[in-house]
Amino acid sequence: MAKATAKQVLFEPIFSNNPIALQILGICSALAVTTSLSVTLVMCIALTSVTALSNFFISIVRNQIPSSIRMIVQMVIIASLVIVVDQVLKAYAYSISKQLSVFVGLIITNCIVMGRAEAFAMQNPPHMSFLDGVGNGLGYSFILICVAVVRELLGAGKLFGIEILPLVNAGGWYQPNGLLLLPPSAFFIIGLIIWGLRSWKTDQVEAEEFKMAPQTRAMKEAM
Amino acid sequence: MSSKKESVVRTLTVALLVCLVCSVVVSAAAVALKPVQTTNRLQDKQRNILQIAGLYEEGRSIEEQFQQITPRLVDLRTGEFSDAQDPLTFDQQKASKDPDMSQQLTGEQDIASIRRRADYSTVYVVENPDGSIKTLILPIHGYGLWSTLYGFMALESDLETVVGLGFYQHAETPGLGGEVDNPNWKAQWQGKVVYDESGDVDISVVKGSVDPNSPKAEHQVDGLAGATLTSRGVESLVRFWLGEDGFGPFLDHLRAGEA
Repeated sequence: MAKATAKQVLFEPIFSNNPIALQILGICSALAVTTSLSVTLVMCIALTSVTALSNFFISIVRNQIPSSIRMIVQMVIIASLVIVVDQVLKAYAYSISKQLSVFVGLIITNCIVMGRAEAFAMQNPPHMSFLDGVGNGLGYSFILICVAVVRELLGAGKLFGIEILPLVNAGGWYQPNGLLLLPPSAFFIIGLIIWGLRSWKTDQVEAEEFKMAPQTRAMKEAM
Repeated sequence: MSSKKESVVRTLTVALLVCLVCSVVVSAAAVALKPVQTTNRLQDKQRNILQIAGLYEEGRSIEEQFQQITPRLVDLRTGEFSDAQDPLTFDQQKASKDPDMSQQLTGEQDIASIRRRADYSTVYVVENPDGSIKTLILPIHGYGLWSTLYGFMALESDLETVVGLGFYQHAETPGLGGEVDNPNWKAQWQGKVVYDESGDVDISVVKGSVDPNSPKAEHQVDGLAGATLTSRGVESLVRFWLGEDGFGPFLDHLRAGEA
């Protein structure tokens, strides 16, 4: 891997190498916790701190870890950090941790954390790994916040629980779109974001895995 | 160097050290934060009780506000107050799973789909200065669509007019069944009468809106749009807890003035 500068490590994951949009990792929690913005923000902070700290600690011990138990050691460190974060949330952000419920615990299985530990922290010094963790956390947060703004605003007419669009059933004019509060809507929104991002940065478009036979394409175009 | 790094002894040592350090960190966090967490949980429940009883005031400490409420233990088998357990520490959720502390419900009894009912329950009483009951807050729970809903129902001193109803723990679909938390919907319960003239439970959650001119209007609440099963669940659990196998006998005793 070429030597990357701290700035690159920190900001590349936001647009150029976004963990959700390009690497398509961590989708499950993106669907689950984006119904309201305040919950999303807490989840983003939790994930960013776990990714950054786990990268940091794994990088410190990277030269000591025997390769046969590499994954397990990474998992132990990540899992411990997740439990600590969960405990802190339960103590200082109780009502939000109640809404996040199981998803904080599921950060352990979030591919971004494990992926960065394995792909970056095992080869790079601690401070760079830490920044890489923060950067990837920010990339994840960026997408989640976009999704959450759309979902909460159009699905419930609110942002941070404060009414923006007055709802019909509270005497206003806005008929909320209930679909946006259900998980599938996050898929659509993430899909649209990926489409937008790849039209802007065309190098992110994946090569076609196989060529369509000429007739099929011609027929398709004819239709 | 690499062969030294991969030796069995070294692998075991690293594994052991990592586990040791991590477990110390995790236990330290859990122990250090436990007091704050316990207070949070307690306050959350107390806030719910205050809100449902219509006593909650924003900005004042919950602990102070909660002093006007007295927790008391009820033996659901006899329908009388009891001192067998400490009402503050008694955990009804846990007791409902313990065969020694609860009883199996038959299919016919179990309209709220809770399978087992604990023998005891902690109710919360707001007393008038003369010691008579001003508001009675009953814990209720039952199955909705995805989850068991846990909540409280507050009754006025006549023990049939609702002061408030709300749930503090559930996992229904946000926006559909999750609307049980909607303040507008909860407000509808206020002033509803849960028993008919002959003393039978009479309260239902109807599909659509309640016709305000209907003679039954005070026994009916609007259903939640798009959440028929959650609405039905709420109706069943309210009926269960007010009925014969829930707090029915206890409320009868209270009415007769002998609980």
